[in-house]
Amino acid sequence: MSSHTSPAIELRGTSKAFRTPSGALHTAVRDLDLTVERGEFVAVVGPTGCGKSTTLTLVSGLEEPTEGEVLVAGEPVRGIGDKIGFVFQQDAVFPWRTVLSNVMAGPRFRGVPKSEARERAREWLARVGLASFEDRYPHQLSGGQRKRVALAATFVNDPELLLMDEPFSALDVQTRALMSDELLELWGGTGASVVFVTHDLEESIALADKVVVMTAGPATVKEVFAIDLPRPRKVESVRLEPRFIEIYREIWSSLGEEVRITRERGATDAA
Amino acid sequence: MPPETVTVPSATAEAALKSGGGERTQARARAARNHRILVYSSRVLLLIALIGMWEWLARTAVIDPFNFSMPSKIWDQMRQWAVHGTPQGSLWEQIWYTLYEALLGWVIGVTGGVVLGIALGRIRFLAEVLGPYIKVLNALPRIVLAPIFLIWFGLGPASKVASAVVLVFFPVFFNAFQGAREVDRNLVSNARILGASNRQVTLQVVIPSATSWIFTSLHVSFGFALIGAIVGEYIGATKGLGLLVSASQGTFNAAGVYAAMVILAVVALLAEGLLSFLERRLFRWKPAEPGTER
Repeated sequence: MSSHTSPAIELRGTSKAFRTPSGALHTAVRDLDLTVERGEFVAVVGPTGCGKSTTLTLVSGLEEPTEGEVLVAGEPVRGIGDKIGFVFQQDAVFPWRTVLSNVMAGPRFRGVPKSEARERAREWLARVGLASFEDRYPHQLSGGQRKRVALAATFVNDPELLLMDEPFSALDVQTRALMSDELLELWGGTGASVVFVTHDLEESIALADKVVVMTAGPATVKEVFAIDLPRPRKVESVRLEPRFIEIYREIWSSLGEEVRITRERGATDAA
Repeated sequence: MPPETVTVPSATAEAALKSGGGERTQARARAARNHRILVYSSRVLLLIALIGMWEWLARTAVIDPFNFSMPSKIWDQMRQWAVHGTPQGSLWEQIWYTLYEALLGWVIGVTGGVVLGIALGRIRFLAEVLGPYIKVLNALPRIVLAPIFLIWFGLGPASKVASAVVLVFFPVFFNAFQGAREVDRNLVSNARILGASNRQVTLQVVIPSATSWIFTSLHVSFGFALIGAIVGEYIGATKGLGLLVSASQGTFNAAGVYAAMVILAVVALLAEGLLSFLERRLFRWKPAEPGTER
């Protein structure tokens, strides 16, 4: 029972340090406290290279924290959970598999019989609008289409927790807006919790219920903003609403400072 | 205005446009064809010139025909071998022996190289333990092992297969190892998130992405297998093209050595063509690289 009332994700005093090739210790995330409720869409924004992605790998179980705790559904993370979906920044579709076979990969890895996996994969391919592309190989698709394949391959596993690491940053502006709308639509039917990492503040406000601003690295939570824009939203039109602009200004006054710090560091590094 | 009068000029304009475009594409196709013809005919001319020069120099005794032979003699030698057989038996039997040894050695070497390369690439502990030994073995000029194999396995095909195996194994092994090491980490992470076990990651992510590395080494390594077989035969054998070379050398028959070389080159080219064909079938998922189409 308790696992049902506990939040989807809880990070308590989490730190993560890496050893750099030169042997120095690099702290990517320091003393991070963050809670994501069930069914909540949380966007994490912060300056580039501050350690946002590391936070996601900790939640996913791909990496273990150096200090502190990471709880998913009330349980400490041990290895990769089967309720997790992860959409990567770079292309992570398998280039030697066809579109259909890519979407089938998740269920097949988890031991679902072939015919059922194929059926479920076809269903999700139809939902992302790629039904007629199932026999193509990834190199025959556009960047946006490949991202759709990645989304279908993630959603076909029915994840309760969706981690997205700047998933649309490699796409052009129009495709990105379109994909954001599609993501909201797909997510709407699932009730999954989402953590969406981005450096694009507009994108984060348009998508999320809650925007978390991270400090310049090592990353820790600076401020959390609730986004009270009504749903369903359309990314292109919500941008023009006065309330959106108000929120944007408010968050930017917090985020802008961190971006400036990062920039100044970069300048001294370069010098 | 009736619609017909509007469509007529636009239709003709369209047709004119189309024929203009058609002419241009035709001209382009013609230019490409001419270029191809030029390249091929230049190649043939170059070959004829070289062979003709050799023949002429040998006939006019500018170069010693006994040592350097001449193309017509080499051709006669090949024809004689093909029609009347070699001193060691029919020519086809010699070719078959060499091919058989090379192929068997190649298959064994490739299998061993791929399996060990992938295993060491995936299992860190194995790589750490075996790494230095493999480096030492690789540093050894492996062709000196051929006499040892001759002592161990005798004059039959086994010693040639063994020398082909040691020559093939290392390049394939290193490429498979590198391929397994350099798998896109994103793909591995993605597979693990999607629910793949370690075994599934190896079989369905690491091996497919290492295949292009492995195939690069297959091309080179078939040549190595042939070298292994020929050198083995050259040192001591009862049959094979290598024996043909050493027998011709023993009777100061320069034309025989050249003839065996020509036959070997043809065999190697055919094998290479077969491998390229297989590669194209296997890598349908890969985008065609610009410039690979000939």
